[in-house]
Amino acid sequence: MIHDRTWFSRLFDGFNYIFLTGFAILCLLPLVHILAVSLSGRAPATGGFVSLWPIDFTLENYEQVMGSRNFLRSFVISVLRVLSGASLNMLLVILTAYPLSKTPRVFRGRTICIWFFVFAMLFDGGLIPSFFVVRSLGLLNTLGALILPNAVPIFSVILMMNFFRDVPKELEESAFIDGASHWRVLWHIYIPLSLPAIATLTLFSAVNHWNAWFDALIYMTDTANYPMQTFLRTVIVTLDLTQVGINPQDLQRLSDRAIRGAQIIVATVPILVVYPFLQRYFISGIKLGAVKE
Amino acid sequence: MTFKQYMKRAWPLYVMIVPGIVFVLLFRYYPMYGVVIAFQDFSPAKGFAGSPWIGWANFEFLFLAPEFRRILGNTLIISVSKIVADQLGAIILALLLNEARRILFRRAIQTLIYLPHFLSWIVLGGILLDILSSGGILNQALRSVGVEPQLWLGSNDWFRGAVITSGFWKNVGFSTIVYLAALTAINPVLHEAAAIDGAGRFRRVWHITLPGIRPTIVLLAALSLGDVLQAGFEQILTLYNPAVYRTGDIIDTYVYRVGLIRAQWSLAGAVGLFKSFIGFFLIVLSYWLADRYAGYRIL
Repeated sequence: MIHDRTWFSRLFDGFNYIFLTGFAILCLLPLVHILAVSLSGRAPATGGFVSLWPIDFTLENYEQVMGSRNFLRSFVISVLRVLSGASLNMLLVILTAYPLSKTPRVFRGRTICIWFFVFAMLFDGGLIPSFFVVRSLGLLNTLGALILPNAVPIFSVILMMNFFRDVPKELEESAFIDGASHWRVLWHIYIPLSLPAIATLTLFSAVNHWNAWFDALIYMTDTANYPMQTFLRTVIVTLDLTQVGINPQDLQRLSDRAIRGAQIIVATVPILVVYPFLQRYFISGIKLGAVKE
Repeated sequence: MTFKQYMKRAWPLYVMIVPGIVFVLLFRYYPMYGVVIAFQDFSPAKGFAGSPWIGWANFEFLFLAPEFRRILGNTLIISVSKIVADQLGAIILALLLNEARRILFRRAIQTLIYLPHFLSWIVLGGILLDILSSGGILNQALRSVGVEPQLWLGSNDWFRGAVITSGFWKNVGFSTIVYLAALTAINPVLHEAAAIDGAGRFRRVWHITLPGIRPTIVLLAALSLGDVLQAGFEQILTLYNPAVYRTGDIIDTYVYRVGLIRAQWSLAGAVGLFKSFIGFFLIVLSYWLADRYAGYRIL
């Protein structure tokens, strides 16, 4: 890159650094504020005196949240959902993408199959029919309602298929000559060569499952089956703190605002933990999708 | 090659694709058949096949209802504002980031601005509900400088603004990355040649950088057409309340309330079918435009 040394150009650089830094901080401030509230005592949190630093520092909000059986149960449900949901997604994405990545000569019927999937991606039956399908299959109040309806993320299948198509054909041709089957070719050639794409899609699928909440809101009629984000909704949006199951004497010493804050932070931590990995695969993931040219 | 010879090699391909087909049939195509409830007086006990047919009655009721115009208008206003704000913001941020030469600085900023993208609307909504509440920090700050506090999420004057701004907060970082990826692909030789010819920094941005990302701008503009009926269901369901239905109620939240809370399944199904139908054509059109003007194909 060429550097301009004019005074105007330098002035612009100065403003640019300040503006970008300011914007990034602005994006982060709400999170910092909630963190500060969650670490504050009852009076300052309720009175709205906390800005970006805790007042009357206390960890008791977190102790109460982590000691709440209802909260922990929803946390466990979320973990189960992420593990089973992401595994199922990836299994089906890989199995579906492999045949679709073949030419119609190798996989007769590919053209029909691909349109079968693409149309399913473009036309949506809608919320109400989907609800009754899940209900009629007897999935209400089961983990299946959360992981089966979107078990085949079609857009991911298409990304994976495009990735598979770029695998050099010479590799599999020599394997076929040596008598390998499609199973072996998929397992020993395609999957090892596609690990970056698989890692990206797995991570995205896991984050989606962690963050999903609406499906559980409609498919779980018993709130005891709520995963964490849906559970949080009852606490945060409908402001029903009795759901947390903290005993009333304890609640009087604490601010419900601070307790909500603590729960928001706890729900955020897993994302922060995987964030460095997300970031690493993020750019490649976008190149895989949006700007594929 | 006989069929038998072909199958000897190819049978695993069919075994592999069957589970995917079964899931898609059950959870995508079966609900598509379920859109027939829009033309029925649906009752769950009788099911999709057994409920009595009533023709277009649901649609006739719908198109005459003032609510329908309201939710359609809100959906379009909110989604189009969001698309414009996000894309303009992302282009500007990407250009500015591209001008910042310190790589570490660039990475740090990117890391911070797309963090909200990975948080759910429950987490972000919980934060916003607290910050924007009557005793929240925004009103406290305004009070301290003598400005009248507002019920941001309870006022029809402010609700859309809050939705668009918070949508920007969650999504702009993500869109920025797409443009940055396109910017880094511009050949630096072009910049060098222009500099030798005496073009200053801002002329180079105008004549080289911007044309360099024009295909990406066209592409994302085309693809965003497919989203104009998506005003942000999870976001609005988290943030809204009955006081702002007039400006904040969108198609999806209406379908949810009417269908699953008030149990008027067929009416909600009719609204849903209307959205699916228009949405389908919008997406097809957006992919066609993306292919025609930006050479983008998903297949």
